[in-house]
Amino acid sequence: MKVLVCVKQTFDTEAKIELKDGKIADAGINLIINPYDEVAVEGAIQLKEKGIAKEIVIVAAGSDKAMDAIRTALAMGADRGILVQQDTAADEFARAVALAEAIKAENPNIILAGHVAADDGSSQVPTRVAEILGLPHVNVITAVEIAGDKATCTSEADGGTQVTEVSLPAVISSQVSWNEPRYPSMKGIMAAKKKPVATAAAAAAENKVKILEFSLPPAKAAGIKLEDEPEVCATKLAEWMKNTVKVEVK
Amino acid sequence: MDFSLSDESLMMRDMFRKFSKNEVEPLAAETDRTHEFPMGTFKKMADLGLTGLPIPEEWGGAGASYLDFAMFVEELAKCCASTAVIMSVHTGLGCMSTYLYGSQRVKEKYLRALATGEIVGAYALTEPNAGSDAASLKCKAEDKGDYFLVNGSKIFITNGIVATTYCTFVKSDPTQGSGRGITCLVIEKDTPGFTMSKPVAKMGMNGSPTVELYFEDVKVPKENVLGEINDGFKVAMGLLAGGRVTIAAQGLGIGEGALDYTVQYIKERQQFGKPLAANQGVQFMVADMAAALDAAQLLVYRAAWLKDNGLPHNKEASMAKKFATDTGMEVCTNCVQLMGGYGYCNEFPVERMMRDVKITQIYEGSNQIQRMIIGRETIGRF
Repeated sequence: MKVLVCVKQTFDTEAKIELKDGKIADAGINLIINPYDEVAVEGAIQLKEKGIAKEIVIVAAGSDKAMDAIRTALAMGADRGILVQQDTAADEFARAVALAEAIKAENPNIILAGHVAADDGSSQVPTRVAEILGLPHVNVITAVEIAGDKATCTSEADGGTQVTEVSLPAVISSQVSWNEPRYPSMKGIMAAKKKPVATAAAAAAENKVKILEFSLPPAKAAGIKLEDEPEVCATKLAEWMKNTVKVEVK
Repeated sequence: MDFSLSDESLMMRDMFRKFSKNEVEPLAAETDRTHEFPMGTFKKMADLGLTGLPIPEEWGGAGASYLDFAMFVEELAKCCASTAVIMSVHTGLGCMSTYLYGSQRVKEKYLRALATGEIVGAYALTEPNAGSDAASLKCKAEDKGDYFLVNGSKIFITNGIVATTYCTFVKSDPTQGSGRGITCLVIEKDTPGFTMSKPVAKMGMNGSPTVELYFEDVKVPKENVLGEINDGFKVAMGLLAGGRVTIAAQGLGIGEGALDYTVQYIKERQQFGKPLAANQGVQFMVADMAAALDAAQLLVYRAAWLKDNGLPHNKEASMAKKFATDTGMEVCTNCVQLMGGYGYCNEFPVERMMRDVKITQIYEGSNQIQRMIIGRETIGRF
């Protein structure tokens, strides 16, 4: 069984986001493999360790910088990579078209990805890829069992869990709670440079989204501190909510 | 001149950092309190291939560079200095001694097990009356044909309590003068006549218990000689030149860890209606510390780079050791100062860091000895 994992290179989650000339400044920012995709890579490796997956292929679309995300996945234990070279300004649609094109050529049994990227947080690409490829999609999974050409996925649902049985091939995107990604071992890091990574040109696709402006969220105003008897505090808090925050009570 | 790291080294550094932050830092305060060797962490490092970084893959190591190894010790030291010295001694002295000076037989006997972290290595040079003047050591070994009979003691032995192999320096020819007639032997734990003290009570580095070793008629097979018989002092000095690089990295890492923590603190701590960081006097202290740590890092990486490239690095390793550990001490002292009463409390990590960093100015050749080496190399013959 061939498992393909889509990964994205994102900003370090601890990076301080700043705007320069109306754009997100990326100079000097540490880039990491999207933590949600890292979980998907770990999931794929566990499938290989269980003898279900034979080969793990990593696909990333983006600039040469995305190569680091591929190498990290290879160091963790994936077998080979494909870098689909694409302008970093590509939107979710264009990115999904590019990824789907590369995936089609590989014809994998399972396509894994993180359900969201830590940077733009749009949560669209796995769903779009499944739609383009005409495959079923199971989202935010926390566990998966493979038997024959069927996958039984457990995912989070409001107030409980949802179990979905899906026929393969399918796109399955992971929630972070699926597993705890391993550290790449020294052996893995040393082996990663010898593993093959192919490059491919992205399929042409026009962005559907036009970015007009970037802005940072407004700075959070200081809160208030009430120090009094509980009843007094409650009254004061209610007044503050009514008069200052102007909470409307219907 | 190129200051950039290779892609592999960057990936390693990310891994070292993540591992230290997630697996080592949460245990640092507890390790300091319980005085227990962090064997669980050591095993985790073994599983990831981190216990023999600069040893070639054929001998169970990772085949990484000495610079990678120095960066690993630095990252560990940011989070837990005890764990950093354990790794510095295990790999830099325990593994490297057998790799550089062991015969094929010795390598087969010990190196793979050491590099893969199956066993822990220690290094025994210092004696109660032979510290900086290591050449005057008295622990003796009599040549009995196919074995040496060892009698004497060693002191301040890092990893002593958990090690399997002790790279031990003994006087094998008492007729020869100071620094000569010394042989380096690998002595195994549990060899009859080999005992040790309880851990010594220390100021810091509590997670790395330190013991005294006693040898009473200990038989060591001749095949366990590292280097040449009666020429072991060369082995001691050769190993320490490399070991100094990682101890320098340790002093650097502790300083970096202390400054990172303190910078967060001064941004949050409000006095006189503003954060401490808003005071220029505080900013200047931070600036001096940041610049000194950066200079120390350059010295450490340069020394490691020279070693990796087979270039002379005796003076440079001493410069790195002296400067990085003196800087580490100064930075930790200033960080405690900036954090005031909280800095002095063991609820905050800089208190531990200040206790831990002191020894880096002392061990692996005190900084006064480093100055002697640098002075000798700089002035030359006269």
